[in-house]
Amino acid sequence: MLRLRDARVIDPASGHDGIADVWIDGGCIAAVGRAPRGAGKARELSLAGQVLCPGFADPGSHLREPGYEHKATIASEARAAAAGGFTTVCCTPDTQPVLDNPSVIEHITQRAVAAGAAQVVCLGALTVDLDGEVLAEMHALKAAGCVGVTNLGRAIKDTAVLKHALAYAASAELVVFLHPEDYWLARQGNMHEGAVSTRLGVPGIPHAAEVIAVHRDLTLIGETGARAHFCRLSAADSVKPIADARKRGLQVTADVDLAHLCFTVEDIGAFDANFHLRPPLRDARDRAGLRRAVKAGQIEIVGAYHEPHDLDAKAAPFGLTDPGMSTYDCFLPALLALVADGAFDLPSAIAAASTAPHRLLGQPGGTLEVGAPADLCVFDPQARWAVTSASLASAGKNVPYLGETLTGRVTMTLVGGRPAFRR
Amino acid sequence: MAAADIQLDAHGRLRHFLAIEGLPRELLIRILDNAERFAPVGDRAVKKVPLLRGKTVANLFFEPSTRTRTTFDLAAKRLSADVLNLNIEASSTKKGESLADTLRNLEAMQCDMFVVRHHVSGAADFIARQVAPHISVINGGDGRHEHPTQAMLDAFTIRRLKRRFHDLRIAIVGDVAHSRVARSNIHALRTLGVPDLRVVGPQTLIPPGIAAMGVTVCDDLEEGIAGCDVVIALRLQQERMQSALLPSAHEYFREYGLTAQRLKGAAKDAIVMHPGPINRGVEIDSEVADGAQSVILQQVTFGIAVRMAVMAMAMGSQARIGAS
Repeated sequence: MLRLRDARVIDPASGHDGIADVWIDGGCIAAVGRAPRGAGKARELSLAGQVLCPGFADPGSHLREPGYEHKATIASEARAAAAGGFTTVCCTPDTQPVLDNPSVIEHITQRAVAAGAAQVVCLGALTVDLDGEVLAEMHALKAAGCVGVTNLGRAIKDTAVLKHALAYAASAELVVFLHPEDYWLARQGNMHEGAVSTRLGVPGIPHAAEVIAVHRDLTLIGETGARAHFCRLSAADSVKPIADARKRGLQVTADVDLAHLCFTVEDIGAFDANFHLRPPLRDARDRAGLRRAVKAGQIEIVGAYHEPHDLDAKAAPFGLTDPGMSTYDCFLPALLALVADGAFDLPSAIAAASTAPHRLLGQPGGTLEVGAPADLCVFDPQARWAVTSASLASAGKNVPYLGETLTGRVTMTLVGGRPAFRR
Repeated sequence: MAAADIQLDAHGRLRHFLAIEGLPRELLIRILDNAERFAPVGDRAVKKVPLLRGKTVANLFFEPSTRTRTTFDLAAKRLSADVLNLNIEASSTKKGESLADTLRNLEAMQCDMFVVRHHVSGAADFIARQVAPHISVINGGDGRHEHPTQAMLDAFTIRRLKRRFHDLRIAIVGDVAHSRVARSNIHALRTLGVPDLRVVGPQTLIPPGIAAMGVTVCDDLEEGIAGCDVVIALRLQQERMQSALLPSAHEYFREYGLTAQRLKGAAKDAIVMHPGPINRGVEIDSEVADGAQSVILQQVTFGIAVRMAVMAMAMGSQARIGAS
C-alpha cells in the first residue's frame, strides 16, 4: 500500500478539492482522506505543495507508429504522455498502414504495453485508408478494442458515404469522432480566412467551412441515431448548434484542443509554422467563445491533440509545412495559465482534461473514487521550467513555447498505481 | 511581428528585402532616392557601376517569370555582380530535393545574395531565416504575399510623375485577392502617405478584411477610379474563371476593364500603371495600355534602377552609393 500525503487532491468526479491523503493498494485507489484498513503498513510519500488529480486523457494523439517513426514512436510518445501527466492517450488512425483493420491495432497495443508508460487506446478508421469511400470493418475494429471510429480531418466529400458511415457505426454501437470541415471551402486553405490571411497572402479557411459541416453532421446524426463526438472545434459559432442538438436529445459531445483556447491566428506573426494547425487558429472572438463554452460545460473536453513532427516537417514556407503542434510537454502549464487567466477554475480544467475524456473513451480512469484504477497525475503548480529542445520529453519539438519559461510541471504520473513517470 | 524584424540590422539598415510591411517611411524614401541615383546608369554608354564587383547573386526562381528575373539580372549585372540564374522549378525540387537542401547547396557555392521568387507565401521569409548570416535575400515575389521591389518601382514611378504622395488618390483595380503586387503596393503607398487608396473589383477578387490595411473597398469601377491620380490595373489570371470566381474574361472586361471611356472619370492627368504582363482586352484596353496616360513601360525601366538600389543597400554598400 502507498500513502500519498498532503497534496491538494482534486477529483472532479466526486467534487473533492482540498488537502488530503490518498491511499493506493493493488493498483487501485483504496481511500481518499480517511485511512483504509491496513493503512498502517503503507509506504509514504509527501506531496506537500503539489496537486494530485486523476491523470489526463487525450482524445486524439498522433503517435506516428507504424509508418512515421522518423517523427515519433509509440514508446517515445507514451513516455512523453506520462511525463505530461497523461495516463491514457487515444491513438489516431492516420498511421501507415492506416488503422482500418485489427492487425495494426494489435501492433500498437503491444508496443504501448512494452513502453510501460501511459496507456494507449485506439481509434479506428471510419473508411478504408481514410479515403472517404469504402466503410472500414467497424465490427472487427470494435472487437479489436477500438474505442471509436473517425475519418480525422480527411473530409468525406460524398454526403451519402458520411450518412452511411454514421448509420453503420450506430448499428455497431461505436462513437464516431467527427472533425467538421467542409471539403470544398477548406481544401485550398492553410489558415483562418480573415484580415491576417489577407495580409500574409495565405489562402484562407472560412468559419463557414466548420459551421456548415457541424450543421450537416448534426442533421445526419439526427437521422441515423449515431453517437458522435465533435473534435477540435475552432469556431465559436459551432458551439450553439451542438448544444441545441444535445437539448433535443441527440447523443453528441464536443471538444476543443488546448491550442485553440490559448492562441489566435494573430500568433502566426510572420509565418511561424508552429502555429500551423488544422483546423486553423481563428480570431479572438472564437477563442473567447470557446473558452466560455468550456466554462459553461457546452464543450466538456479540452484535448491535447498531440501532433509531434520531425524538424523538416516544419522547415518550409508556411503553406508547405505539416499542420500540428507537439503538446504533451506544455499541456499542464498552458492549462494552468488559462486558469490563472480566469478562463475557468482548476477543478473544471481537470474535469475537462481528465474526467470527461475518460468517459468519452469508455476508460475507467478520470476519477479518484475508491476502487478506480490509480491512474493519477501529481504536479507542482509553482515550478518554473525553461522550455528547450532538451527539456521536452516528446520526440516532436514543434512546440511554440521554445525559449520560454513556463509555470507548472508534472512531477509524477501513476498508471495502475505504478510510476509511469517520475521527475 | 512582421518580416521587418529580420530584414533590418541593428542600425535599421536593410539586410534582406522581404516585405514592405513594417518598414519605416524613411527607409522607403531612401530606396527611392538611391534609385534616382542609379537611374542615369542605364542611359550611359557603359551601363555599369562597380559596387557589387566580385559578388555573386543567385536568382532563384521557383516559378516562371520573365520580366522580374530579367530586370533583376540586369540590375545585378549593372552593379558588376556575377549572376547565376536558376530555374529551380525545373530542376532540384522535381528530383525531390527539399528547399532547405537546395539552399545549403547554393550557400556552399559561396553566393552572396539570393533573389527569390516562389509560389508559396512566406517563402522569402523562410529562406531569410535559413541562410548563413552573410547572405542577403531579396524577395522577387512570394505567393500572394508580397512583391516589394515591384511596389518600390511603382512608388518610384508615381514620385517621378506626380512628385508627391501626400494628397494623391490611387485605385488598385482587379484581382487583389491573388495579388502580391497589390499587398506590397498598399503597404508602400500607405507608408509613403497616400491618403486615399482604394481597391476595386468584384467581391470574389477582394480578400476579406483588407480594409484593415488602410484601403477603401469598392466593387464599381467607375466609382472606384473617380478622381484618381493613379490607376493601377492588376493582371487577371485565367485560373480565376476555372475556380468559379468569375464567369468569363469577357464579362470581366465589360465590368472592370480599363477603357479610355472609363478613364475619363479619373483625374485629367491620371497615369495608368500595370505590373505586367498585360492581358489586352481583359483588364485593360489596348487604347489605354498604349495611350498617352500609360506609364507601363517606364515602370519596367525604373524597375532596374530600383532593384539596383535595393541590391546595393542590402549588400551593405549604401555608404558608397552617393560617391558613384
